[in-house]
Amino acid sequence: MIENILNIIGIENYIFLTVLLFCIGVFGVLYRRNAIIVFMSIEIMLNAVNLLFVAFSTYHQDAEGQVFVFFSMAVAAAEVAVGLAILVSVFRNLGSIDIDNLKNLKG
Amino acid sequence: MDTNLALLLLLSPFVGFLFNIFFGKKVSKGISGAIGTLTIVVSFLLSICFFAQLNQNGKPFEISLFDWIQVSNFKLDFGILLDQLSLLWLLFVTGIGSLIHLYSISYMHDDENMHKFFAYLNLFVFFMITLVVGNNLLVMFIGWEGVGLCSYLLIGFWYKNQPYNDAAKKAFIMNRIGDLGFLIGMFIIAALFSTLNYAEIKSAVASGDANSALLGLAALCLFIGACGKSAQLPLYTWLPDAMAGPTPVSALIHAATMVTAGIFMVTRMNFLFDLTPDVQNIIAIVGAITALVAASIGLLQNDIKKVLAYSTVSQLGLMFLALGLGAYTVAVFHVITHAFFKACLFLGSGSVIHGLHGEQDMRKMGGLRKAMPITFWTMMISTLAIAGIFPFAGFWSKDEILMVAFGHNKALWIVASIASIMTAFYMFRLMYLTFFREFRGTEEQKHHLHESPKLITIPLVILAVLAVIGGAINLPGSMWLNHFLEPVLVAKHEAHHLGTQEFILMGIALVGAIIGIIWANAKYIKQGFVPKEDAEIVGFSKTIYNKYYVDEFYTFLIVKPLNGLSNFFRTTLEPALGKVVYGFGTVANGIGSQGKKLQNGNIGLYLFVFVIGICAIITYLFIAQ
Repeated sequence: MIENILNIIGIENYIFLTVLLFCIGVFGVLYRRNAIIVFMSIEIMLNAVNLLFVAFSTYHQDAEGQVFVFFSMAVAAAEVAVGLAILVSVFRNLGSIDIDNLKNLKG
Repeated sequence: MDTNLALLLLLSPFVGFLFNIFFGKKVSKGISGAIGTLTIVVSFLLSICFFAQLNQNGKPFEISLFDWIQVSNFKLDFGILLDQLSLLWLLFVTGIGSLIHLYSISYMHDDENMHKFFAYLNLFVFFMITLVVGNNLLVMFIGWEGVGLCSYLLIGFWYKNQPYNDAAKKAFIMNRIGDLGFLIGMFIIAALFSTLNYAEIKSAVASGDANSALLGLAALCLFIGACGKSAQLPLYTWLPDAMAGPTPVSALIHAATMVTAGIFMVTRMNFLFDLTPDVQNIIAIVGAITALVAASIGLLQNDIKKVLAYSTVSQLGLMFLALGLGAYTVAVFHVITHAFFKACLFLGSGSVIHGLHGEQDMRKMGGLRKAMPITFWTMMISTLAIAGIFPFAGFWSKDEILMVAFGHNKALWIVASIASIMTAFYMFRLMYLTFFREFRGTEEQKHHLHESPKLITIPLVILAVLAVIGGAINLPGSMWLNHFLEPVLVAKHEAHHLGTQEFILMGIALVGAIIGIIWANAKYIKQGFVPKEDAEIVGFSKTIYNKYYVDEFYTFLIVKPLNGLSNFFRTTLEPALGKVVYGFGTVANGIGSQGKKLQNGNIGLYLFVFVIGICAIITYLFIAQ
C-alpha cells in the first residue's frame, strides 16, 4: 500500500514539494513584518522538513525518520506555545506585533 | 619544672611587650616602664638561677619544645639549649637590659610614646633571648630577624624625623644583605647534614666526610651574616647612622647586645670555623681592617654618639680579629667587658644629651665636669676601661686580643695596636671636649645644666663598677672564663702562663694607650683645641670626617645605578610595555565598535544574515563534495 503511493507519485516529487514549501517559509520569514506570519512561515519550514523525513522514511522502509518527526512536532509545539506567549506580551506592551518594533529591545 | 622556668625566662619579656603594646597607653608612664623593666628583671633572675644550677652540676640544660619541621630526612625541633655560652649571653643581655630599662624610665619620661618604646624594647629582649637560647640555627635565625626588626623600629622611633626613618631603613636593608648570607649558609648546612641542630652539626662535622669546599662556603656565608649584624666591613655603615634612635637603644642594641649576635653565632659554630682556616683568615683580616678604619673615622667625629658608634664598630672588629684567630674565649671576654663599658659610655652620653636638652655636638659642650659629677666619673672610668688602662676591664680583654694577634701574625698585631692607640685618643678627645675647659653652649643651656636624676645615674654607677671589675672573670691567673667555656668550645691549649713576652706585650699596650691619652691631652687640654666648623675642615681630615666617603661610594656604586635602573624601567620600559598592552585593548575595541553596528536590533536583518549563512554553508558542502 505504502510502496504503492511511492510508485504512483515518485520520491522526487516529494523533494520538490518540500523544497518549495521550505523556500516559501524562508521568504515568508524574510519579507513579512507581522510576527505571527513570521511564525507561521517557520512552521511551514518545519513541516516541510517533517514531510521530507516521512517521505524518505517510507522510501528506505525505516521507521526512524517518522520517530524524528514526532520529536520535531513536540518541540515545535513547545516553541509555538512560548513564542505566542511572548507575542501576546509584546502586543500588550507595544500595541502591535510588527517585528521592526522589536528593535527597541536592543539595549 | 625547669622547662617551665626556661619558658618563663624566654616569654617574660614577651608578656611585657604584649602588656605595653595593648595596655601601655591606658596605664601611667611609670607603670608601663616599671612592668617593662620587671619582666626583664624576671628573666635576669631566672638566668642567674640556671647559671647557678649549671655551675653546680656542669650539665647544660636542653629541652625540645615541639617538633617543628619534618620533611623527608630533614628533621628539626624547636628546642632550648642553656649551656655555658648561652647563659653567659643571657646574663649580660638581661642584666644590662634591666639596667637600661631602668634608665629609660627616666630618660624617656617626656616622650608621648613611652609605652611603645618599652614595648619595642621588651620585644627586642625577647628576640635576643630567642636568638641566644635556641638549640639550632633556625631558632637563632628567628631571633636574628626579630632583633633586626626591633632595631629598625627603635632607630626610627622618632618617626616624624625623616633622616631618622632613613637611618632605620638603612639599618634594615644592610642587615638584610647579611641575613641573605646567613640563610644561604644555613641552606648549605641543611643540605650537607640534613640538620641544623648545633650538636648534630658538630658531630656530623667531626666525622669529617663533608665536602670541604662547601663547608668553607657555608662558613663564609655565615660570616657574611655576622658581618651584617655586627657591623663589619663592608656592611658597617648602618651602625653609625643607627645612632638616630634614642640613646638607651644605642646603648642596649647598638653597643652591648644585638651587634654582638654575630660574634655569638661565630662562637656557636666554632667547630665549623675551625675546619675552614681560609674563612678564619678572612674573618681576622676583616676584623683588623674594620677596627682600624672605624677607629680612624672616630678620631674626627664631632657628634658624641657618632664617636661612640665608630668606637663600637672598631671594638667589634677587634672581637672578630680574635674570632678569626680561633681565640673564641678571648672574643667572648671582650664582648662582655665591652658590653659593660660601652653601655656605660652610651648611657653617660645620654645623660649628657639629656642635660643639654638634646645637644649632641661636642663642639657645643665642654666643662660639664662640675655640673654632672656622677656622669663624668662613671664615663671617665669606662673611658679608661675602653682605652685599656690597667686594671680596668678593657685592659684585660683587649690585651688578650693583642696577645693572641701577636702570637699569630705580627701585622695583625700592629694594626690592632694602632687601632687601640686611636681608641685611647678619640675616647679622651671625647672626654676632654665634653667635660673639661669651659662650656661652649648657649647661656640658656648653661643655666639649665644639672646632674641627671637617680634612675639615670644608678645604672651608670653599676655599669661603671662592672667596667672596673669586669676583667676579673678572666684574669690571666685564674682564667675562669676559659675553663667555664671549655665544654662548649673546642679545647684549645693556648699558652697562658705569664712569661716575659706577655708582660712586655702588656706594657706595650699600656704605653700605647697612654700615648694616645697624652696626645689627646696635649691637643685638647693644653692647646684648648676645639674642632673646626664643618665647612673649615680641609684635606685628609675632611676625608676622614666624611667617613672616607664610604656612604657616598655606596651611593655611587649601588644606590645610583639601582635608581637609574628603576628610573629606566619606570620612564621607558613601563610605558613601552603599557603601550603594547593598551594596543591590544585598542584593537579589540576598534573591532568591537565596528562589529557593534551589525547588531542593530533589526530582526529582519538578523534573519537575512542567518539565511545567507546557511545558504553559504550548504553551498560549500555541496562544492566540497
